[in-house]
Amino acid sequence: MAESIIKTEGLSYVYSAGTPYEHRAIDDINIDIEKGSFVGLIGHTGSGKSTLIQHLNGLIKPTAGKVYVGGEDIWENPKDIRKFRFKVGLVFQYPEHQLFEETVYKDIAFGPKNMGLSENDINRRVREAAKHTGLTEEYLEKSPFELSGGEKRRVAIAGVLAMQPEVLILDEPTAGLDPKGREFILSEIKTYHERTGATIILVSHSMEDVARFASHVLIMNHSKVAMYGETREVFKRVDELCEMGLEVPQISRVFAKLREKGIDVPESVLTVAEAKEAVLKLLEKGGEANA
Amino acid sequence: MLKDITFGQYFPGDSIIHKLDPRMKLILIIAYIVLLFVADGLFSLLIGASMVVVFYALSKLPWKLVIKCIKPIMPIILFTAVLNIFFVEGDPIFEWWIISISGKGVLTAVLMCIRIICLIAGSSLLTYTTTPIALTDGLERLMKPLQKIKVPVHELSMMMTIALRFIPTLIDETQKIMAAQKARGADMESGNVIEKAKALIPILIPLFVSAFRRADELALAMECRCYHGGEGRTRMKQLKLTAKDWAAALFVLCGYAAVILMNVYGPEVFRL
Repeated sequence: MAESIIKTEGLSYVYSAGTPYEHRAIDDINIDIEKGSFVGLIGHTGSGKSTLIQHLNGLIKPTAGKVYVGGEDIWENPKDIRKFRFKVGLVFQYPEHQLFEETVYKDIAFGPKNMGLSENDINRRVREAAKHTGLTEEYLEKSPFELSGGEKRRVAIAGVLAMQPEVLILDEPTAGLDPKGREFILSEIKTYHERTGATIILVSHSMEDVARFASHVLIMNHSKVAMYGETREVFKRVDELCEMGLEVPQISRVFAKLREKGIDVPESVLTVAEAKEAVLKLLEKGGEANA
Repeated sequence: MLKDITFGQYFPGDSIIHKLDPRMKLILIIAYIVLLFVADGLFSLLIGASMVVVFYALSKLPWKLVIKCIKPIMPIILFTAVLNIFFVEGDPIFEWWIISISGKGVLTAVLMCIRIICLIAGSSLLTYTTTPIALTDGLERLMKPLQKIKVPVHELSMMMTIALRFIPTLIDETQKIMAAQKARGADMESGNVIEKAKALIPILIPLFVSAFRRADELALAMECRCYHGGEGRTRMKQLKLTAKDWAAALFVLCGYAAVILMNVYGPEVFRL
């Protein structure tokens, strides 16, 4: 097994403990995320996804349990918590709402500046991050408030990328974007993953997106981890997922139904491209049988 | 931390105090505050204090709420007490070095403390037992006569309702933005005053931007539903004064009578 980058042990968090509004947001979470993997995090609204990811970079202190980043307990010395926030970059939902600087350049530079880097390093990192997110030179001197929604989001993501985190967590980075914008952001994340080898955790409601990009899938249900494993293995469990009220990629569902009808197709088909291969193979076989 | 600023928050309940007409509650609370200042001696002020105790008992609110509303103004109470003890002139009962304390000073301090505590407890009771919406509704009705002299009463109360409605939303938003900036390494705990103030910029600017965005959206949504101000607007909840309200008014009136009688015929000790 590859090296582990994030590990949690018995992680639990209770909101408003001791009041009538007490609510257990996450309950006994034990996960171990491999370095360099691309994890899709799926769950209903209120299943504890957002609470979980805010534990992974130390924004929330757990009620019980431990979080390890690169083998170190992040709460061992609470004064050093910022170190882990730079290691584990977190992009919130609708991140464009946090832009505040006069220029795009300055906003992207906010994170690296907080890291205490030199001007040169900051400059290099800002430009790299801008390039990763498809923002050309001319954008850097503009005010972030005059950009379009999709562009603003790219600036916000660049602001986290500029810290060059070892782990990048994104909470529904495509919410509210048009198909073109979605595609752009997702392919950006994939390129970043491939180029830097960073570990990615992508919170998403789109099974298709997760199936296409993620190497692993983590399913949360009722504040607990319902499933965690390789994408192919998890999406095989169509029935269990449906019971939780979650979907599997449409194409996987189609193929699950085909298997039910006794047609000999592979068990785990995740993307349309794979489906095409499978169907072609089947037709070939069928052709031979007929001949 | 941010939740502490909800000074005087509605506390749901089903008591007689909760059910009073907000207009009557507003009038009575103003009357009560005046009463606290009419009372000029310890005994008459104790009558005032016992009234607020009766109100709290009737409202069936947990007693710790009283402590909760007094706590934030504790510094002011202490400050007033200290000022009065040391700086009110009179026959000294205690002298040491340059410090002299008079009996009158101690009495003034005690009376002022009781007054402030009753004042805060009383007005908090109003906000504990009345929803913000009912409160602004009541205010609007009470201020209606002012329309005659061109005071935009409806607009003012609508503004208040909206402001109250958006406090929790903005608190939520602040927390989200704070988390997002912390995730980018913003340091809000360390540094001197100037550094701390500077650290607020990344939070305040996005907060302003989002407040303006929300205001825009809300204005549009209201226009889409044909909002055109207060003229000819009807109400879902009609306010009606009932026997309960008159009983409460009578109770406060009796309180006034008792305080004035005490002022005139009460014992001469502990008076200002």
